[in-house]
Amino acid sequence: MMEQTPFTAGLGVEIVELDRGKAKTRLPFGPELVGDPETGVVHGGVVTGLLDHTCGMAVMSALRSPMPIATLDLRIDYMKPAAPGQAIVAEVRCLKVTHEIAFVRGSAHQGDPDDPVALCTGTFMLMHMTAPIASPE
Amino acid sequence: MSTLDILRHDDHLDPAALLGAIPYCRYLGIAAQVDGERISLHLPYAERLIGNVVLPALHGGVIGSLLETAAIVQVLWEARATRLPKPVDITIDYLRSGRPVDSFAQARIAKLGRRVVNVHAEMWQDDENKPIAALRGHFLLAANSPEE
Repeated sequence: MMEQTPFTAGLGVEIVELDRGKAKTRLPFGPELVGDPETGVVHGGVVTGLLDHTCGMAVMSALRSPMPIATLDLRIDYMKPAAPGQAIVAEVRCLKVTHEIAFVRGSAHQGDPDDPVALCTGTFMLMHMTAPIASPE
Repeated sequence: MSTLDILRHDDHLDPAALLGAIPYCRYLGIAAQVDGERISLHLPYAERLIGNVVLPALHGGVIGSLLETAAIVQVLWEARATRLPKPVDITIDYLRSGRPVDSFAQARIAKLGRRVVNVHAEMWQDDENKPIAALRGHFLLAANSPEE
């Protein structure tokens, strides 16, 4: 996975930090991210997308040798709506990498990591290059 | 009168008009149609949805966004809420790679409580029987306003 993709570049995701097993990104507010036109709160899918991407980055940075990865599952707990007009920061740690699977935990906040907008838990599968990689068809 | 009231026709929400009023759904390009008691969402393929340029594949965040939108629209349709339901938690299972083609999603309500709704949603591409992702989630219904 690339650090930046057409989807994340389009949303305006910024890479803040990437260290072995640790990833931090930031998404500035944009009017196209709004999911509730009455309150101006961003769509839950925006938070999900930012966390999913940051999880993938954390896993990639934890691998000894680069290889493709695939998300198996991702759980998001929405602690509170993101405040309109403010950037969202995502911080994810890859806690464990086995031969096949990587486990991550992370959160999204708007400045105070102790007052998160959302928490996430995810597992990823490592696609070893020795096995044939499934083609899109 | 809320935005949702304006989008209501014959006591039912107009899902296409709702998605047109939500900036992020407009950005992704999500369309909707009523299919019996279910709302079907359609996400036409676009390059801006790509998360892996090598495969290529849709971004996991796009998949999550479509599934969560399907859940919200189905809740609004069935619970006839006047405010958008708030997501409490969601779990997304990624079953297959999202190829660079059109995608579809539908949700069904597993349990409609007074305050909390449990929703299951699935997303597929060419074959409805081969989902590429599934969502389970809880959504909180907004408290009724005093006049209701």
